[in-house]
Amino acid sequence: MDQALGAADTPTVYFNVQRYDPEVDAKPRYDRFAVPYEPGMTVLQGLLWILDHVDGSLALRYSCREAACGSCAMLVNGWYRLACKTQVKDLRSKEITVQPLPHYPVIKDLVVDMSGFFAKYRAVQPYLVGGDGQRAVEPASGPGAPAPEEVAPGREFRQSPADRAAFEDATICILCGACTSSCPSFWTNPDYLGPAALLKGYRFAADTRDCLAERVPLLSGEDGIYRCHTIFNCTAACPKEIPITEALQSLKRMASRRLLGGGGGGGRQAAR
Amino acid sequence: MIRHRYLIVGGGLAGLRAAVELAGQDVAVLARVQPLRSHSVAAAGGINAALGNNPDGADDTPEKHAFDTIKGSDYLADQDAVEIMAREAIDRVIEAEHWGCPFSRFPDGRIAQRPFGGAGFPRTCYAADRTGHALLHTLYEQAVRRGLHAYEEWVALELVVAEGRACGLVAMNLLTGQVEGFVAQAVIFATGGAGRMYLRSSNALLNTGSGMAIAYRAGVPLKDMEFIQFHPTTLYGSNILITEGARGEGGYLLNNKGQRFMERYAAKAMELAPRDIVARAIQTEIDEGRGFQPPPGAQVGSGGGYVHLDLRHLGEAKINERLPKVREISVHIAGVDPVYEPIPIQPAQHYTMGGIDTDNDGATQLPGFFAAGEAACVSVHGANRLGGNSLLDTIVFGRRAGAAARRYVEGLEPAGPAGQEGAVAQVEAAVRSMQEKIAKLLRADGPEDPAALRDRLRSLMSEQVGIFREREPLEQAVAAIADFKERYRHIHLRHRGTRYNLDLYQAVELEGMLDLAEVIARGALLREESRGSQYRRDFPQRDDANWLKHTLAYHTAEGPRFAFKPVTITRYEPQERRY
Ligand SMILES: Cc1cc2nc3c(=O)[nH]c(=O)nc-3n(C[C@H](O)[C@H](O)[C@H](O)COP(=O)(O)OP(=O)(O)OC[C@H]3O[C@@H](n4cnc5c(N)ncnc54)[C@H](O)[C@@H]3O)c2cc1C
Ligand code: SF4
Ligand code: FES
Repeated sequence: MDQALGAADTPTVYFNVQRYDPEVDAKPRYDRFAVPYEPGMTVLQGLLWILDHVDGSLALRYSCREAACGSCAMLVNGWYRLACKTQVKDLRSKEITVQPLPHYPVIKDLVVDMSGFFAKYRAVQPYLVGGDGQRAVEPASGPGAPAPEEVAPGREFRQSPADRAAFEDATICILCGACTSSCPSFWTNPDYLGPAALLKGYRFAADTRDCLAERVPLLSGEDGIYRCHTIFNCTAACPKEIPITEALQSLKRMASRRLLGGGGGGGRQAAR
Repeated sequence: MIRHRYLIVGGGLAGLRAAVELAGQDVAVLARVQPLRSHSVAAAGGINAALGNNPDGADDTPEKHAFDTIKGSDYLADQDAVEIMAREAIDRVIEAEHWGCPFSRFPDGRIAQRPFGGAGFPRTCYAADRTGHALLHTLYEQAVRRGLHAYEEWVALELVVAEGRACGLVAMNLLTGQVEGFVAQAVIFATGGAGRMYLRSSNALLNTGSGMAIAYRAGVPLKDMEFIQFHPTTLYGSNILITEGARGEGGYLLNNKGQRFMERYAAKAMELAPRDIVARAIQTEIDEGRGFQPPPGAQVGSGGGYVHLDLRHLGEAKINERLPKVREISVHIAGVDPVYEPIPIQPAQHYTMGGIDTDNDGATQLPGFFAAGEAACVSVHGANRLGGNSLLDTIVFGRRAGAAARRYVEGLEPAGPAGQEGAVAQVEAAVRSMQEKIAKLLRADGPEDPAALRDRLRSLMSEQVGIFREREPLEQAVAAIADFKERYRHIHLRHRGTRYNLDLYQAVELEGMLDLAEVIARGALLREESRGSQYRRDFPQRDDANWLKHTLAYHTAEGPRFAFKPVTITRYEPQERRY
C-alpha cells in the first residue's frame, strides 16, 4: 500500500511548512518537520501531529476532516488540495511542501483572510428568491417555464429529479476558496467575482424554484461572468471535482439569451 | 465592551435557525469557525418529517414519528417535547425547502424520503448523502439574506451572570488573542456536541463540548450526559461516518464468516435496528473474534477491529446517485471502492444525547440563558437518538429558542441605568479575571503536556466509558479523570504568543473536557441499569422502577452533584423495546 514511501524501512515524512506572521515576520520562511508516517495518514493529520507534538505556534484551519466544511484548502506540493482529503502516500514523495492558499492575504501561517472571498459571495445574492412568499417578481415567463408549483398550500414546491440534477454539481461546493485562488482572471482583476461566487449564482439561476429577475444581470455585469476566459484552472483546482467552467459557460449562455430577449429573469430555461 | 440584545454562540444549524428567527433584532452570532465550517455541514443521511411522500410511507403521521422516537429513546425522552418536534417537523422541512434546500426528489417532484433505523416508515428526507451540507448552506444563505452579523473565529470562554440572570459573555478573538466582554439581554448556546472526548469519534475535530462545559461552570445543570451514542458504521481508521443511509438503501453488515450477523440480534429490523443495538452487535462480533483485525504492525488511525459493510449488490448507479459521498470518502480515505469491495467499518462515538438542561423552548434554569441543538438536552432523544432526528432537533428547537429568547427579552422590565450598569460591571470584572487566567496559562511551565493528557483522556473514555460499561472500569475511569484534573494544574504550553494560538485554546478546552468526562463517567456509574446507549454489563436490564428519570449534574467545587428529574409521559407507556 505504501511502496512509494518504502513505508517499512523509512516511516518518516518531512513537512516543509510556510510560516509567516505578518505582524512579526518580515517575510515568509519554511520550517521542516520530521513526521512519523502511519498508514492512511492525511496531510491534515500530519499538520495536527506537528501542532500537538512539535510546534504549538502553527496556525491552520480545520474542522470536519472529511472534505465537507471547506476549512483546509491549501497548496500541497504546489497544488490546490484539501489537507484532510489528501493522503500522504498519494503525494508519492517524502518531502511535502505546504503553503497557504495564494492570492488571499495571510493572517498567520496557513490561515488566510477570506473576507474578500465572502464579500463576493454575498454580492451575488446567494439565496433562493421565490419560494417563501417573498417573491420579488413573477417567475420567468416564456414557453415551457411553469411557475414552481406547490404540491398543496404549506407543502414543498415540486421539482423533477431532472431539474434537480441540473444544478446538483453546483450544490456540492464547500466554499473552500481554491478555485478563485487559482484563477488568473482574478489575479489580474481582484474585483472579478471569481468562479466560486459565480458558481453560487449559477446554482440559483439553474434552480427551477428561483425567481430573482436580476439574477442573471447580477452575474453578467462588468466584474461578472464575461471575465471568465475559460482557462479551466478553477475546474482543475476544485477538490470537489465540480465542473465549474462548464457551469460558468452555461451562465454565459443564459446571459446572452437574455440579452437577445429570450425570456425573463430566471435561468430555468437554460438549465433544462 | 460589545453590546447586543441577543447573542447566539454557535454557527451550526441550531445557531443559524435561532439567528433567522431573531432577524431584524439586534442579534449577533459568535462562533469558533466561519458558520459554514460548523459540524452540521457533515451530516449525511437526512432529516425526519412525516411527509408521507414515499409510496411505502403514505400513511405516515407525526404521531407515528413521535412513537418511533420515544420507543427508540428507550422511553427516556420527554413525550411532550417529542410530540412538538414531530408535529413541527413538517413545517420546518417545508420551510427549508422553500428557502432553497436542494432536497433529492421523487419522480413526482416531491421531496424524496428513505428508510432509516428504528423508524416504522421511510420518513427521512435527504439531499443525496449531504443533507447537513444542503441544510447548513441554506440556513446560512437565509441568514445572510437577513443581514447576519457574525463574530467568526471567536470563542466563548465564560457565561456571565448578574443578579441571577445571564447578562453576557467573555470571549476571545482567535485571530488576535484579544479577550473581550459582550453584554446581552439573552444568550443562546448552540455550541454542538462533545464527541471529541472520545478517541474514536465521527465528529468534527472541533466538537469538544466547550459550550456545555461553560454552562455547567456557570451553574446550569447538564442533563443525561451518560447517554453517548455510538454509531455502528464509521470508517475503520479515521472514524469518518458512513451514513445509516447506506443501510437504509440496503447495505449488509457481514462478519469474517460472511454472515449477516444482525439476524442474531434483531431478526426483524436487521441492519436497520436502532443504533445502540447495531453498535453493540458489531462490537460483540469483533470482541468474540468474528470481526477482522488489521495485519500486525499495520494499525491504522485509532485502531481496533472491524466488520464489513457490503454495498456491492446495490450497484454502481445507485451508489453514485444516493451515496456519492460514501464512495468519495471510502475511495479517498480508505482506498476502498464500495462498488467493488466491502467497506471496513467499526462503531465510534457519534452523538451526545445529553447536554444543557432545557425546557421545550430552549430555556434553562438560568433566566436569560437558552440552549438548542446538540449542546442542549430537551430531551427528545432520551437514551438513544434515532438517525435523522438530530438535524430536526436543531431547526425545531433552534427556532423555538430564538422565539423564546425574544419573548423573554420583550417581557423584561426596561432595564434602568442601574441594571445595565450592573451587567456591564459584572462583565468587565469577568473579562479582567479571564485575562489574568489566560496570562497565567500562557506562562504555565509545569511538567504536563496538555496534548498528551488529552489523548489519554480520549483513550480512557473510549475504553472504559464506551459501548459496554461495568462498575469496576467506570470506577477506575473516575479515579483516572481525577488524576488528569490534578495533572492539568501542572501543564505547560508550547506557544506563548496570542495570535491564532491553537495550543492555548486547546488547553482551555481541555479543562472543560475534563469536567464533562467526570460528569459522564460518574453518571454512567450511578445509573445502575441498561437503557438505550447506556449498557451496563453488570445491570443488563432496563429498570423503570428506579431509573425512569433524567440525571441532572450540577457543578460544585468537589465535582458534580447529581439530582434527578421525572420523565414526562403523555400517552406512550414504556414497553420492552423489540426490533
Ligand atoms: C458525521 C455525522 C453525520 C451526521 N448525520 C446526521 C444526519 O444525517 N441526520 C441527523 O439528524 N443528524 C446527523 N448527525 C448529527 C447532527 O449533524 C448534529 O447533531 C447537528 O448538526 C448539531 O448541530 P448544532 O447546530 O447543534 O451544532 P454544530 O453544527 O456542531 O455547531 C456548533 C457551533 O458552535 C460553535 N462553537 C462551539 N463551541 C464554541 C465556543 N466555545 N465558542 C464559540 N463557538 C463555539 C462551533 O464552531 C459551531 O459553529 C450527524 C453527525 C455526524 C457526526
Ligand atoms: S467550486 Fe470547488 S474549489 Fe471552488 S469554492 Fe467550491 S469546492 Fe472550493
Ligand atoms: S477539514 Fe473540513 S474540508 Fe478539510
